[in-house]
Amino acid sequence: MSTTLPITGDEADALLPERFREWFAARGWTPRYHQLELLKRTGEGRSVLLIAPTGAGKTLAGFLPSLVDLATRERRRPGEPMRGIHTLYISPLKALAVDIQRNLNTPIEEMRLDIRVETRTGDTPSHKRQRQKQVPPDILLTTPEQLALLIASGDAERFFEDLRYVVLDELHSLVTSKRGQLLSLGLARLRRLAKEPISIGLSATVAEPDELRRWLVDQSAESALADLVTVPGGAKPNISILETEDRVPWAGHSSHYAIPAIYEEIKKHKTTIIFVNTRSQAEAIFRELWHVNEDVLPIALHHGSLDVGQRRRVEKAMESNSLRAIVATSTLDLGIDWGDVDLVIHVGAPKGASRLAQRIGRSNHRMDEPSEAILVPANRFEILECRAALEANYVGAQDTPPMGEGGLDVLAQHVLGRACASPFDEDEFYAEVRSAAPYSNLDRHTFSRVVDFVATGGYALRTYERYARIRRMKDGRWRISHPSVAQQYRLNLGTIVEEAMLNVRLIRDRRSSSFARGGVSLGKVEEYFLEQLAPGDTFFFSGRTLRFEGIRESEAYVTNAPGDAMVPSYMGGKFPLSTFLASEVRAMLANPDRWDALPDQVADWLRLQKDKSVLPHREDLLIETFPRGDHYYLVAYPFEGRLAHQTLGMLLTRRLERMGAKPLGFVATDYTLAVWTVRDVGQMIRRGKLSLNELFDEDMLGDDLESWLAESWLMKRTFRTCAIISGLVERRHPAKEKTGRQVTVSADLIYDVLRTHEPDHILLQATWKDAATGLLDIGRLSEMLSRIKGRIRHKDLEHISPLAVPIMLEIGREHVPGATEDYLLSEAATDLIHEALGE
Amino acid sequence: MNLYAKIEARPAQPVIRIAGEDVLCDSSGALFLAEESILIVSDLHLEKGSSYARRGSFIPPYETGVTLTRLEAVIARYRPSAVISLGDSFHDDGGAGRMPDIYRERLLGLMSGRDWFWVTGNHDPSPPEGLPGQSVEELALGNLIFRHMPEGEEGEIAGHLHPGARIVQRGRSVRRACFATDGLRMVMPAFGSLTGTLNVLDRAFAGLFHRERLVAYMLGKAQVYPIAGSLLRS
Repeated sequence: MSTTLPITGDEADALLPERFREWFAARGWTPRYHQLELLKRTGEGRSVLLIAPTGAGKTLAGFLPSLVDLATRERRRPGEPMRGIHTLYISPLKALAVDIQRNLNTPIEEMRLDIRVETRTGDTPSHKRQRQKQVPPDILLTTPEQLALLIASGDAERFFEDLRYVVLDELHSLVTSKRGQLLSLGLARLRRLAKEPISIGLSATVAEPDELRRWLVDQSAESALADLVTVPGGAKPNISILETEDRVPWAGHSSHYAIPAIYEEIKKHKTTIIFVNTRSQAEAIFRELWHVNEDVLPIALHHGSLDVGQRRRVEKAMESNSLRAIVATSTLDLGIDWGDVDLVIHVGAPKGASRLAQRIGRSNHRMDEPSEAILVPANRFEILECRAALEANYVGAQDTPPMGEGGLDVLAQHVLGRACASPFDEDEFYAEVRSAAPYSNLDRHTFSRVVDFVATGGYALRTYERYARIRRMKDGRWRISHPSVAQQYRLNLGTIVEEAMLNVRLIRDRRSSSFARGGVSLGKVEEYFLEQLAPGDTFFFSGRTLRFEGIRESEAYVTNAPGDAMVPSYMGGKFPLSTFLASEVRAMLANPDRWDALPDQVADWLRLQKDKSVLPHREDLLIETFPRGDHYYLVAYPFEGRLAHQTLGMLLTRRLERMGAKPLGFVATDYTLAVWTVRDVGQMIRRGKLSLNELFDEDMLGDDLESWLAESWLMKRTFRTCAIISGLVERRHPAKEKTGRQVTVSADLIYDVLRTHEPDHILLQATWKDAATGLLDIGRLSEMLSRIKGRIRHKDLEHISPLAVPIMLEIGREHVPGATEDYLLSEAATDLIHEALGE
Repeated sequence: MNLYAKIEARPAQPVIRIAGEDVLCDSSGALFLAEESILIVSDLHLEKGSSYARRGSFIPPYETGVTLTRLEAVIARYRPSAVISLGDSFHDDGGAGRMPDIYRERLLGLMSGRDWFWVTGNHDPSPPEGLPGQSVEELALGNLIFRHMPEGEEGEIAGHLHPGARIVQRGRSVRRACFATDGLRMVMPAFGSLTGTLNVLDRAFAGLFHRERLVAYMLGKAQVYPIAGSLLRS
């Protein structure tokens, strides 16, 4: 542990070469305890996990061992072969690698160290990559994907044989994703290629440090752990909730009401980062800020769908402190240390503690000064959530998701990559894979099935033997059957699978008969969003209002439009509400004494609800039914997060369909679920034709779940991801790039075929596992169903209730599986007859 | 249940008039000319799986079997005296040669006792290797002309484009394969099991139909739904 005796001055002298001590002194610094501790541990050959809040000098600490080692190593003599890289730094973000290079260059230049630092990312030109292979730098800063590419190349052995240190930044954010799983396999490979390299993991505070400690080291040995060095947290952040006289909206995520107040805060501070949860939110806020920007302050926008050039310009401006505010999504989430940010505004509810802490850490990047942050709830439920978070002293809490087991799709990709580098022995390779923490429980049979999948698709019907991608050689080792396989692997590599996206191109004149080829590319937008638009609809993107003109091939054409956009493009936050917060919100709702802490308008809203309907008790589930327009609505308030609600919605509509209620659709938010039907559900309940206890019975997680999954688009989307990552469906093909659209079609078809003909196929297993923990959140739903057993309160209403207003405004477009689709077709077909009759 | 009830249980499939000839649109995606007892299917894309596998992409090897099962069902339903496979019957020219014996035998079983026409397609420009039946570029019958690639001629029944249609009804989007026609010509849906669709409003269809008379006969589970062109979404 880190709480050992302080390192004495003598010891520090022994650990730090003179040049370093002088440098620290010249800057007026003393080496920090954790920096020396890290030097000491790594000096003993130990791998280390460093947990520190942002601003603790984590990065320098992480590099100190390699800088010292490099500064003191013998110079390469003339004629001696080129050395491989000495230190590999891996960060989840390209921008972070670039940022670190700048930070590293300062000490290297000032100490006049003969150390070459280079970055290698997807943006690195090919001639530079080529040169890096021939003349490897001492320190290479890169991403998990680039590492996968490097270890899959034929010269990996030479490139990595001198590797001493692997520095893994933002480890907490990497390990929970498929990228992290691929990286863990890459790390296992590096441990075979190099001679006992030392791993140094840098992480923010996490709930289970031991998981990360295991992750960093070879798991072949029972319960192997990396050492742990912890830096205690810095000053407590000052967090407040935005106070405003303006009306807080019922629903939505636009935070339009808060814009003037946000602008005032920007004016009061040097540099403000405004974090939002989604791209479209960023768009909307950016645009509205410009509306009120009377002082023409430099305010910029940064999100992942924007054109790369545009993003780089913003990053440059940020570096040089020439911006007053930047509106950003998670592309700026991680430890980028930019400029003098003195305020973080978080728009939308926190959803989870760790993310919030991370984002707040952006301001005042010095440990001893408190960070300043303002939460801006976008709607009334979010006010409750923010309030609950603050009252529970929540920001200190930790709720990082558990790490989970490694995906088989990721493993399949790695197996092919392994074969691309050189022939492998299945037993040896199995042992190597098991040395990676996420795969330490992988059984041999499953591993062999994955290898078989990589070879010929792993089908029971063995008709593809002659087309195998990898084959056994005479000595039993596996190798790729053709060099083109390696080329294909390189093009399909990676674990990030984008939604099907279309490029958005701005054209001048919509009336020109053929869409001109020219026009500026503005970035990419999800296809499902564009599909809902009709020509003439307007929407926000890239900081402006655009008029949708049409889709041609894989591009959406738009023109500039005046005024406000008609169509909000928000499709729900990406991060579901954490269990802890959900329970706090329910508690606050159930206890009128706590409403005093809420803004009047919110407290009034809750009182109105109490008047018109009821308020759910902390452990109850409130269900309301009411008619509205030509539909009937059933609204439930589980507060279990959007993913679990979505699954619940899917299952409920299935059951309602069977019970004859003719459900048409549902919409789920973090707090609420609404289903709308053709028949009057309230009446069905009154007349005893439908029992809510039966409807919400836990048995829905049995057969209903199983049969729903057969046709679920969520499952199909999960399958598509697995299919692409595992290499079953190609991401791209040499000379012919597939659009997301084409991939979607074929992955869906493949899913259907597999389910019917080979339900035990390994990729369906992988999909199921992913879906259960990911998009479906079945675990949470199951807990909820058992909690509410016998605790359902039904309120049959004649009108919509106050609490239901937010969800009714969110009514979206979820699919109801099954016969209802045919029902809609028959409805449309009838319209045809009316039209034919001239009605 | 007697046989009569069984037949009744299947909703009536629409019979429509193309260039003065009656054709029946089956929900499987096949077309039936009752008078001549001719069944037409298009774009079977048999052996698509092995075609991909050759390039190292192992999509499930079941699509040929599934397509044959569908074909067996629709042939059993109408017992046609002749079948026209309207091009792209195999995913590539070598497809027939690669076909595993189990499937070849089932296909031969379907072909026996009836005339069989293989219209050549862009995927399979040559006659299928080692299979009986007559290979033709196009076929004329009464006012109708059958060819793979649509040219827009009156009376033309074509395939190739895999038409699909999308409607948004009550805020929800439904997308299905369809027969696309304006009453003078038709583009048939792909019958193959592992084939995608192309929206009839895509520019690939431009100029083929009288836009204002376009109707998409969208394929439901057991029924075909005629949807007016004005309701279709791109």
